[in-house]
Amino acid sequence: MKRSMTSRRTNLMNYATYLLVIAFFAVITVMNSSGNLSSIMKGMLVPICAYSVMAVSLNLTVGILGELSLGHAGFMSVGAFTGVTAAVALGNHVSSAPVRLLVGMVVGAIFAAIVGVLIGIPVLRLKGDYLAIVTLAFGEIIKGIFNNLYVGLDSRGFHISLLSDTTNLDPDGTLIIGGPMGLKSIPTIATFTSGIILLLITLVVVFHLVNSRTGRAVMAIRDNRIAAESIGINVTKYKLMAFTVSAALAGAAGSLFAMNYTTMVANKFDFNTSILILVFVVLGGQGNMMGSIIAASALTILPEALRSFSTYRMLVYAIVLILVMLATNNPTLKSFFSRKKKTDVPLDPDEPGDGDEGKEAV
Amino acid sequence: MDNKTKLVEARREKALVPERDYDKSPILECVNLGINFGGLKAVDDFNLTIGRTEIAGLIGPNGAGKTTVFNLLTKVYQPTTGTILLDGKDTHGMNTIQVNHAGIARTFQNIRLFNNLTVEENVKAAMDHNMSYNLFEGILRMPRYWKEEKLAHERALELLSIFHMENVAGVKAGSLPYGAQRRLEIVRALATNPSLLLLDEPAAGMNPSETAELMANIRTIRDTFQIAVLLIEHDMSLVMNICEGLCVLNFGQIIAKGTPEDIQANPAVIEAYLGKQKEA
Amino acid sequence: MTFLSFLISGISLGSIYAIIALGYTMVYGIAKMLNFAHGDVIMVGAYICFFATSRYEMPPIVGILLAVVVCTILGIVIEKLAYKPLRAAPILAVLITAIGVSYFLQNAALLLWSSNPKVFKPIVPTGSRITLFDGQLSISVITLVTIASCIVIMIALTTFTSKSKMGKAMRACSEDKGAAQLMGINVNATISLTFAIGSGLAAIAGVLLCSAYPTLVPTTGAMPGIKAFTAAVFGGIGSIPGALVGGILLGVIEIFAKAYITTQLSDAICFAVLIVVLLVKPAGLLGKQIREKV
Repeated sequence: MKRSMTSRRTNLMNYATYLLVIAFFAVITVMNSSGNLSSIMKGMLVPICAYSVMAVSLNLTVGILGELSLGHAGFMSVGAFTGVTAAVALGNHVSSAPVRLLVGMVVGAIFAAIVGVLIGIPVLRLKGDYLAIVTLAFGEIIKGIFNNLYVGLDSRGFHISLLSDTTNLDPDGTLIIGGPMGLKSIPTIATFTSGIILLLITLVVVFHLVNSRTGRAVMAIRDNRIAAESIGINVTKYKLMAFTVSAALAGAAGSLFAMNYTTMVANKFDFNTSILILVFVVLGGQGNMMGSIIAASALTILPEALRSFSTYRMLVYAIVLILVMLATNNPTLKSFFSRKKKTDVPLDPDEPGDGDEGKEAV
Repeated sequence: MDNKTKLVEARREKALVPERDYDKSPILECVNLGINFGGLKAVDDFNLTIGRTEIAGLIGPNGAGKTTVFNLLTKVYQPTTGTILLDGKDTHGMNTIQVNHAGIARTFQNIRLFNNLTVEENVKAAMDHNMSYNLFEGILRMPRYWKEEKLAHERALELLSIFHMENVAGVKAGSLPYGAQRRLEIVRALATNPSLLLLDEPAAGMNPSETAELMANIRTIRDTFQIAVLLIEHDMSLVMNICEGLCVLNFGQIIAKGTPEDIQANPAVIEAYLGKQKEA
Repeated sequence: MTFLSFLISGISLGSIYAIIALGYTMVYGIAKMLNFAHGDVIMVGAYICFFATSRYEMPPIVGILLAVVVCTILGIVIEKLAYKPLRAAPILAVLITAIGVSYFLQNAALLLWSSNPKVFKPIVPTGSRITLFDGQLSISVITLVTIASCIVIMIALTTFTSKSKMGKAMRACSEDKGAAQLMGINVNATISLTFAIGSGLAAIAGVLLCSAYPTLVPTTGAMPGIKAFTAAVFGGIGSIPGALVGGILLGVIEIFAKAYITTQLSDAICFAVLIVVLLVKPAGLLGKQIREKV
């Protein structure tokens, strides 16, 4: 069967991404066993995996679906809080850490997916900047809710209250979510291996989705919504599908991320975190999953590597960010890199033709 | 329901149905179709009937409302008045997507391709409605995924071969030359299995030899797929050559209908195109 | 009477949001970009005024003028250095750059002025209040000053954009930059002017904000910035009256939510109202819905 050039190139790129992740895992494992890994680096391994998953999943929304989301950390938050709750609750019955972690991530993904659907139905009707601001708003609402949520568990089951702690737990009970105090006494069961596995699963899900009818439809909608409708593609359904998958993956990542620490507050998943992940996606390239992973890893390590600059590090970070954006969008550089591209692009498709569109004139 | 159908029945006009149409019933009937844009009647009292395998043309000066008719048929705009019957079924209340599933596919005057997808993917995207594997089967690559993707690949190449475009299947649609983009739009529309194909200025920007080839291709498409074609076109040689019925629109109203020969001799049409001769 | 006093403080807070939202909306209208650094310009303005009045004991009016001048220049410089080179770049690249500028301003402020909260000296003495209805209603003077400033700014700006030559140039640029350029309008200068006005207004907003809530830290501008942005979208981004309506409504909703529902969730309630508004009116309260041509 004849395979086209472009799809072969895409496949190669996908395999290279898997390989990169596996190679990274191998290098770290070797370094770790030979004792060459600093304790700071060890502490960053799970966050690197979690942020990579976040970046890849956001890239599904931004790069493949073509919608700007400023509230991706909200899904991470949902995953973290529900996943940890599940893992803690399971702690009384199951001792195996990997099983609890797995259940935690699955629960986190499911709840994030549910929230994704609930948010997606209204949000995806909007366009462009309006959609972006509403995702921002949802992220802030989720943060506000978790900051005021109290969830406790005792022999009688779960107790949930909002705004003030009225859980009235038995003496043997534990308060899992304590309002502004966030998650208390999280089981720190996240491991680098589990992070790499989650990242690989995420890549498989995203790549396979992109190369299926769903991905084709989603990208068709991104490129031209009106044409997509004209060939019978159900725009709402596919947008929601991509958005929900993206949310679910972010939920799993949030669950993994939280279980790397003993405590976690909702403010950790605020607007700034959403922006941070968006920066990974933009720097790595929209639609480029390998780029997302590299950007997420590099920018997670960078602030630590800049520790020697101490107080100047965030300033340097900001300047680097601006300069990179200016450099990558410099017209001279751009034309230099794209000179190989075909130049016989068609005439401006927005050219006014047969002025039949009476509605616009009014 | 019955009442409404009867009402429409009474106002149906005689179709220009070609002899080859087996049951002599039209594929498309527009009855008293109209739309107002804030008081402006962009299309008014539009009545048109198209046979099952007819090639029909919609012509008229710039701004006559031709594309608006296409937008009404495909429900980009909901009509203010009138009824559209597709294969005898009322399309009232349907949206663009449902109308496409019901059998209308179109191309656009300003080309609207999925520029970042390959030519083959553009065509396969249009087959979405005819595929049945779900999200999870796609992600887990279950047998149904492989089976349907293989079928889609083969069918896409087959459709592309009408315009001899199999060799550019892997090229990004946005980097195709202008003429090829127009042809790809037609292939993409065909991939949705329509019973009525709407072509909005298919020959725009093509040179005479390309136009001649396009004419042959449109006929081939009609003969192979046994479908109706309605096209908007300014190239009179194309229109007069391949259309069996013509409808002339001016200021949103039909000023003439008939065979190309009738239209060419119609004084109202000549006036619409060339303006009224001044009495000296 | 408590209802009335809540309403007045809501309008006052909303006036501040409206003044900030103006900066967002004008820049969006003309440059089609979300200037996320706008909130941090507010913070810079407040710091300048703080140092002028507290450290160097200048009169409040001088402090305000100084803040306006510095922020106006800052706005122009930011536009020239960071945004102008990206005029043709994708929206996302500009957005990330704006976020970079925002981080830069916050961290520069952190280095220059430390993270210790500064107690802002209000431009009107605290405690000066006006009592009405036999002492049943007491309004602080700063509240009235804020509302009055907002009204004056609104009237001035509306007159400017509708009557003056430069204001008309601004509106022309926001409709169609290419056509405006062909008509001999200096598009770059017009965009610079927009940034200058927006940033100058941000300085005023910063002073008013810190006079009402006198704790000043490098992140002071961030949350009001986001909320004012919300207000701009609320009213219909790109529309000047929309910024006023959106700002006032948001302020009133926030104060009412705090007073009658719960303080902790007041932000969440504000954002929830925004979402509901956008679902009913996808282009905001006073925004224009633009249909795509087919």
